[in-house]
Amino acid sequence: MALAGLLAGCAPASVLAPEGAIAAANRTILLNSLTIMLAIVIPTIVAILGFAWWFRAGNTRAQFRPEFVYSGRIEMIVWSIPILVILFLGGVIWVGSHDLDPERPIPSRARPLEVQVVSLDWKWLFIYPGQGMASVNNLVLPVGVPVRFRLTSASVMNSFFVPKLGSQIYAMNGMETHLNLIADRAARMYGQSAHFSGDGFSDMNFVAAAVPAAQFNAWAAQARQHGTALDARGYAWLARQSQGVRPYTYRAVQPGLFDAIVTQRLGPAPGPQQGRGGNPHVSPGTPET
Amino acid sequence: MMLGKLDWSAIPIDQPIPLIAAAVVMIGMLGVLGWVTKRGYWPYLWREWITSVDHKRIGVLYTMLGILMLVRGFIDAIMMRTQQSLATGGSPGYLPPEHYDQIFSAHGTIMIFFGAMPFVIGLMNFVVPLQLGVRDVAFPTLNSVSFWLTASGALLVNVSLVIGEFARTGWLPYAPLSETTYSPGVGVDYYLWAIQISGVGTLMSGINLVTTILKIRAPGMSYFRMPMFCWTALGSNMLIVAAFPILTATLAMLTLDRYGGFHFFTNEAGGNMMMFVNLIWAWGHPEVYILILPAFGIFSEVISTFSGKPLFGYRSMVAATLFIVVVSFFVWLHHFFTMGAGADVNAFFGIATSIIAVGTGVKIYNWLFTMYGGRIRYPTPMLWSMAFLVMFVIGGMTGVLLAVPPADFMLHNSMFLVAHFHNVIVGGVVFGAFAGYTFWFPKAFGFQLDERWGKIAFWPSIGGFVLTFGALYVVGLEGMTRRLQHVEVQEWVPWLHVALLGVGFMMIGVAAQIVQLVVSIRDRERLRDVTGDPWDGRSLEWSTASPPPFFNFAVQPDVHGEEVYWGIKQRAIDEQRLGPEPEYAPIEMPRNTPTGFITAFFATLIGFALIWHIWWLAALGFVGAYATFVAFAWREEEDYEVSVDEVASFDRARRAARAAWLAERDGQPT
Repeated sequence: MALAGLLAGCAPASVLAPEGAIAAANRTILLNSLTIMLAIVIPTIVAILGFAWWFRAGNTRAQFRPEFVYSGRIEMIVWSIPILVILFLGGVIWVGSHDLDPERPIPSRARPLEVQVVSLDWKWLFIYPGQGMASVNNLVLPVGVPVRFRLTSASVMNSFFVPKLGSQIYAMNGMETHLNLIADRAARMYGQSAHFSGDGFSDMNFVAAAVPAAQFNAWAAQARQHGTALDARGYAWLARQSQGVRPYTYRAVQPGLFDAIVTQRLGPAPGPQQGRGGNPHVSPGTPET
Repeated sequence: MMLGKLDWSAIPIDQPIPLIAAAVVMIGMLGVLGWVTKRGYWPYLWREWITSVDHKRIGVLYTMLGILMLVRGFIDAIMMRTQQSLATGGSPGYLPPEHYDQIFSAHGTIMIFFGAMPFVIGLMNFVVPLQLGVRDVAFPTLNSVSFWLTASGALLVNVSLVIGEFARTGWLPYAPLSETTYSPGVGVDYYLWAIQISGVGTLMSGINLVTTILKIRAPGMSYFRMPMFCWTALGSNMLIVAAFPILTATLAMLTLDRYGGFHFFTNEAGGNMMMFVNLIWAWGHPEVYILILPAFGIFSEVISTFSGKPLFGYRSMVAATLFIVVVSFFVWLHHFFTMGAGADVNAFFGIATSIIAVGTGVKIYNWLFTMYGGRIRYPTPMLWSMAFLVMFVIGGMTGVLLAVPPADFMLHNSMFLVAHFHNVIVGGVVFGAFAGYTFWFPKAFGFQLDERWGKIAFWPSIGGFVLTFGALYVVGLEGMTRRLQHVEVQEWVPWLHVALLGVGFMMIGVAAQIVQLVVSIRDRERLRDVTGDPWDGRSLEWSTASPPPFFNFAVQPDVHGEEVYWGIKQRAIDEQRLGPEPEYAPIEMPRNTPTGFITAFFATLIGFALIWHIWWLAALGFVGAYATFVAFAWREEEDYEVSVDEVASFDRARRAARAAWLAERDGQPT
């Protein structure tokens, strides 16, 4: 609920209102493809409605041509129009897939920031190895600096998605995926899991704040002054199921924690703990935190 | 333990909604059973329906199951839309997550496996043998087994409402969420066994229809003389035969993980959840074409009939169908561009996906040119077809947008995706099923559906469809992801209200269709189809009486050229008389058998026992099912003979009705 207040504003998650270069490029390719398709779809719909109207049984002016069942010329057009459209669109797809490959580093003079993302039941852990701290359910990024995300999951599949920053990508246990994004302006944005992950899924959202670089550094420095350090034991506690977790930060992070999760030296999270009505086999629930 | 994991705590006494729902369903069922008993209908039902191996009866049963489950799934949809409209601004709504998650999982599972699939399989079962001019499918008893196994799966899903719970993983139980670590309850097990049992039924039904179409057409009915519906049915059933074993194997692996401690898809011990996702969609994408191809066939028949013209570009349509069949196996990865497979892989599958749109585009244009130069009538089946043409073009367009990987990175799993696949599955498969239902209803029951109520049902349905899924497209572009139990972004809320309003209109449509059925049964004498050809049809099913006799045709049609029935009819009109009376001969027909019903009874026991780990009951079920099979294999008489007199008296009555019709239309211009 705190989130709703923080994001009060206009279209906090719209994919059509980008705050970064990747989201803007995604939107461009979406609108370009839409234009290409509309160029063929609108005339088709008009023709359907037009033919349906003109050739209605009651229209005596329409010519009845029951023998008109084949025309080589029309067949050629009928096959060529979709093929030509798809040839064109195929080019868009090929180029776009390579230009906007999530793996692809964003060219920039600024040195990229690395953020390690771990999806947990049901919250997000963001580790800032360069800053030596971490946060839960709160992603803070410096404006104008390319961010290189490394992602994994503590338990089930999730998808990391900040719509206004652009592309989403899956987080999976025992595996590492990569994503490169950049924020062009200061903004408070809605971030979420875009892949259903269990009962606490609806609370798996967070504020993604893009702030000026100085403010980002101040935030990281302040976080290093407070709270606890995240180590293997703390992680085991964090990996237990909980939902609606309020954002907080860790003063420090045990080095190599992310790699330990990816390589499963820190094992997968345990899942639900208790059952309903005394029968552990039916509908096991999870304690609220 | 005698009852495995099952005890009283499996009944959700703390949750009023499923209990009340179950009570209403049970009272309804008891009411129907009581009525049937009181009226003494049991012997009739047993003899004519439950043990029937007649493809028409089985087709009707399939369709009835499909309609029933569509209503059940629609109730889930109403609950989901209401929940998302209510659970905003900090309110938790009325469905807690553990219940809401079951509802959207059940909605998808029921709509695809037990609503849409039985509906289209039922229509294929009913129509294909009639259109091919034959007396039944290739394996009539197997057909009955297929249906009852499907019904068994549907029953298990509905049992989960009261005993235990259903899956909370979505309609495809993605690992590792569906593994015992994260879903230790019985919900996923209900899913697995319900789908496995009905999946066997579907596979056998696919084998049956492929064999029927390839091997037992009427004399002279070459491939290129088959009606388009038979072609699309062939394509659909070839896909069933090729794709359903993948589903069975995938779910079997998940079952081994859950029951035997295997590690196919677990996090631990080298399991790989990405393999699950790949395999499930290697079935899942062909599955959407399994559903839509028969619908394409229905639209071909309906548009051609009501335009008063043969289908335009018939061979081109066949080519497009087979093109779709092949390419549908090369696109599965577009369901997870966001897995991080890399640019080359994503680009390949993105292009393959848009290529499949070529086949569909060709079909749309061929329907368009079928209408060109036509004399188009607009009864209800044609209205559904027109709505399909417009809506499907839009749904196809949004599908192509989702096939562009960088666009999909923004729209994957969003409400835009939800709107897209409802746009094509409701706007394609369900509209097609409704068109087929209203088109062939008079053939099945001998009277037409009331046109006025058909139109009253049509318009609110279309309005509601546009409102609901239009709103979901918008809210998807606003960044809303699917399956949210509560909503925290206020900007989404107005659109969710619009979507709920649309559902309200669709409820009016559903209610009107139920009223249509009731009114039509009441007024059946007024709506009687005397000639067997109420729509001025073109293919062989319209040449026999409505409803057809159990042997379909008194004399097997001899086919010369395309649209054989249209040719016979025109000749009769030109010559002002029917052809000469044929020479009748006795007909061999397969005997009814309770094999299917009994097999499915034991299959239900097996499924229920395995879900609850009641091992002795599972063993008993296996023995029973096997014994049923052996007893059937040892049967002494397979067929019986229909006498010449019976055949002749049926056909003379049919010919008299036709002659009367011919005399009545005498003098009118052709």
